[in-house]
Amino acid sequence: MKRAGFSHRWLPILFLVPQLAIIFVFFYWPALHAIRSSFFLQDPFGFGENFVGLKNYTAMFKSAAYMRSAWFTVIFTVLVTVLSLSIALLLAVKADKVIRGAKTYRTLLMWAYAVAPPVAGVIGLVLFDQSWGPIKDFVALFGWDFRLGVNYFDTAFAMIFVSVWKQLPVNFIFFMSGLQSIPKSVREAALIDNRSASGRFWDVTFPLLAPTGFFLLITNITYALFDTFGIIDTIVKGKPGNNPMTLVYKVYVDGFRGNDLGGSSAQSVVLMILVLALTVFQFRLVERRIHYT
Amino acid sequence: MIRFSFVSTAALILAANTAFAETEITWWHAMGGALGETVNQIATDFNASQSDYKITPVFKGSYEETLTAGIAAFRAGEQPNIMQVFDAGAATVIGAKGATIPVQDLLTENGVNFDINDYISGVRYFYADAEGKMIGMPFNSSSPIMYFNTDALAKAGVEAPKTWEEFETVTAPALKEAGYIPLAQSHSPWIFVENFVSRHNLPFATNDNGYTGTDTKILVNSPELKMHWTNVKEWQDEGFYAWYGASWDDNQAPFEEGKVAIWLGSSGSFGGLMKKDLPFEFSATYLPYWEEITTEPKQTFIGGASLFAMAGHPAEENKATAAFFQYLTSPEVQYMWHKETGYVPITTAAYELAKADGHYDRFPAAEVGIQQLSLPAGEYTKGYRMGFYPQIRDVMNREFGRILSNETDVEAAFSTIETESNELLARFALTQN
Repeated sequence: MKRAGFSHRWLPILFLVPQLAIIFVFFYWPALHAIRSSFFLQDPFGFGENFVGLKNYTAMFKSAAYMRSAWFTVIFTVLVTVLSLSIALLLAVKADKVIRGAKTYRTLLMWAYAVAPPVAGVIGLVLFDQSWGPIKDFVALFGWDFRLGVNYFDTAFAMIFVSVWKQLPVNFIFFMSGLQSIPKSVREAALIDNRSASGRFWDVTFPLLAPTGFFLLITNITYALFDTFGIIDTIVKGKPGNNPMTLVYKVYVDGFRGNDLGGSSAQSVVLMILVLALTVFQFRLVERRIHYT
Repeated sequence: MIRFSFVSTAALILAANTAFAETEITWWHAMGGALGETVNQIATDFNASQSDYKITPVFKGSYEETLTAGIAAFRAGEQPNIMQVFDAGAATVIGAKGATIPVQDLLTENGVNFDINDYISGVRYFYADAEGKMIGMPFNSSSPIMYFNTDALAKAGVEAPKTWEEFETVTAPALKEAGYIPLAQSHSPWIFVENFVSRHNLPFATNDNGYTGTDTKILVNSPELKMHWTNVKEWQDEGFYAWYGASWDDNQAPFEEGKVAIWLGSSGSFGGLMKKDLPFEFSATYLPYWEEITTEPKQTFIGGASLFAMAGHPAEENKATAAFFQYLTSPEVQYMWHKETGYVPITTAAYELAKADGHYDRFPAAEVGIQQLSLPAGEYTKGYRMGFYPQIRDVMNREFGRILSNETDVEAAFSTIETESNELLARFALTQN
């Protein structure tokens, strides 16, 4: 069998060089720098540094504040992912059934996609404000004294609320197109076999949506971990105080506001490992069990 | 036609040449809103006052963001000529010897007269080194003072309290009775720790408040501070004190709305409050003190920020920076800055000018900041110098928030603040060679 390929060895390498150079300069080089910095304590202006071994890491894991924010990150990520996926799925399934004015309905649901995270955070601040926020006034009817920025739980609630709201349209669009790619024949066959709508959903639609759902699961986890930065920053108004914060925000607080380069490098190395684990999980464990058509 | 274009080209070249003869310098600052407009006004006036130098002010965001931007620029060799650094960042920028030119050296080397005694006593040594050499030029200098709603106090039939004892037993119950929330404040670490220790002349850290070494330990786990915070918590429970989170504005808003009768804020807030045209009369006075700790309350620390001349620029640019600093500290400019913003005038001459002009007859509250900074000094009132201090403030803000939302108690919170602060200080010591 004749193999298609390049006659010269250097030609493919030449073609790859620009891409590799970009990846190296913008990804590997900073990553290597962060790994190196995590073993040093450095004067912010760069005049001196001391090798401290694993001290940045031990200090980090010993810190109660770090562990608190790690736990918050876990809970935050799980809640944001689960809520934004399940609400979007429900909306998509319902929207799929709408025939009259379907386009308008869908467009309205997608709108919030265009809102940038910091803007979403500002909208959250306005809605939940402690002296004149309408949501604060609304929950007060049920006896909930909502205090954004004062009460840890209330602030966390607002962060999750806004983050979920901001992510819904993305998930909605993907679920929508996932639903529409299910062949009509399959649906009709299912209709004959099973008269219960929810039964059909769980037996036929849901498994067929699995590739979309899995893709969204990974992107939503990444979103909750990293892209919610702008929302958290605006909600805590740049001053975390006793408010909850995610690990990514803590890297910023310690590194960029506090100028502790070694400590925040160690924190970002932990996040790198987390992303690596997530990627391995994606490709090794789950992709194998999901059947793409 | 040809001649005409030749002439106009020559004119253009000439014009370009005069433009090139100006030495251009940049100034990165953190003054947003109305403050930023005043900063721009100062720069425009300076540029118009002479033709050798041109300064361009650039707003870089919050204090923390400005410091970080300056550090990143310095590491890339793109630093501005002048950078504004806030009180909490002083240790970082002064610790990095070689990053800045001490303002005292800059001025004397460029033939500007410098006498530290021209500056009011409260601002002289905060941004100085252990030997008393001024490193940063105090710019927007403020101190926490007590603002009060005059109408509310009259309604309750009380005077502004001088001591916390008076507040607790007389002022607060009367104000509460009259339907007000007696007290709020906008910056717990600054007002209820840093200036608390200064006002009561208590040591803040070992090594002469951190000025003489980096192996410094913080001294906040003290009976006086714990006593104060135990009371603050009790006031909150009794409805004498309300806390609206770590954000400055969230604590200032209820005062402006007339719900809170007494608000502890910055002397630099004065200009903003005046411009807001509040629906009630307000005035200001000194921060209260505890009589059980001291009967001779002292001056407070200078807060706000100062200007640092960044190293690594050609001599003529440094000369321009020196010329700008000279202009900035002139009595007229200081008075204009003081009048517009409420930040204190940093030189005695500017203070005298404000007095002579009758500024304090018109606005007595505008004088409180500078008067408080001119109160007798004590052993521990010149300032503090601690590395990673922005993070130490974050730790304090977090623990105070937890006290006030019933997640921890005063004893445990101060022990955490002490431990974590000392860890941060030890880590900072390792960044310095």
